[in-house]
Amino acid sequence: MSEKKKKLAIIASKADIPGAYPPLILASTAAAMDYEVGIFFTFFGLNMLKKNKLNKLKITPAGETAMPMPIPQIVGMLPGMTDVATAMMRSWMKGANVAKLQELMDVCVEAGVKLIACQMTMDVMKIKRKHLIDECEVGGAAAMLEFASDADITLYI
Amino acid sequence: MSEIKIAKTLDAKNLSCPLPILKTKKAIAEIEIGEFIEVLSTDPGSVADFKAWTNSTGHELADQSAENGIFRYIIKRTK
Repeated sequence: MSEKKKKLAIIASKADIPGAYPPLILASTAAAMDYEVGIFFTFFGLNMLKKNKLNKLKITPAGETAMPMPIPQIVGMLPGMTDVATAMMRSWMKGANVAKLQELMDVCVEAGVKLIACQMTMDVMKIKRKHLIDECEVGGAAAMLEFASDADITLYI
Repeated sequence: MSEIKIAKTLDAKNLSCPLPILKTKKAIAEIEIGEFIEVLSTDPGSVADFKAWTNSTGHELADQSAENGIFRYIIKRTK
């Protein structure tokens, strides 16, 4: 194929379960569609690049007003409710045979998706390079913009 | 259709998006160019997804059908 590949650039800024799935689903699928793909992981999104972290991400019921839980919102703020909501969410997703986050990340890594860790976030959160998976690179706003400048699709999640 | 010989069948039943596509991408690499792969899915969203995927990758969606909630795609590897 001599024609230029389509290109997808994503900024991933969240790492709770509903925030982590969209970037990894879109990135892995785009890679399967022969797109060139890059994800810039910033703020809490950087947690997705931590070693052994992906399958431990959680969801908090507080503030998730659309989450079908039979409890008042205020109860969602009590200790332990995040783990309860996370367990529920995981069991729903397992029931629907949704891929695990790590599976999706493995597809991305295998397909050569460019994974950029935000240096500034690493400094703020005191995250060292050795805490992150080997397959990512470290960069800043300029690195992201340079990659995204000729992208066909650019998403902020 | 009788002249199409299926080189491989991928059972992607009961898998949610995007797994049928991701697994098809992997599986089609295991057949030769010009050969056909059969993919089975129960995901109603796969109808639009396989059309988009074959459009995008250039592989040929040679045939598709649906029966009893099972979607069947015959895809020819073109490259």
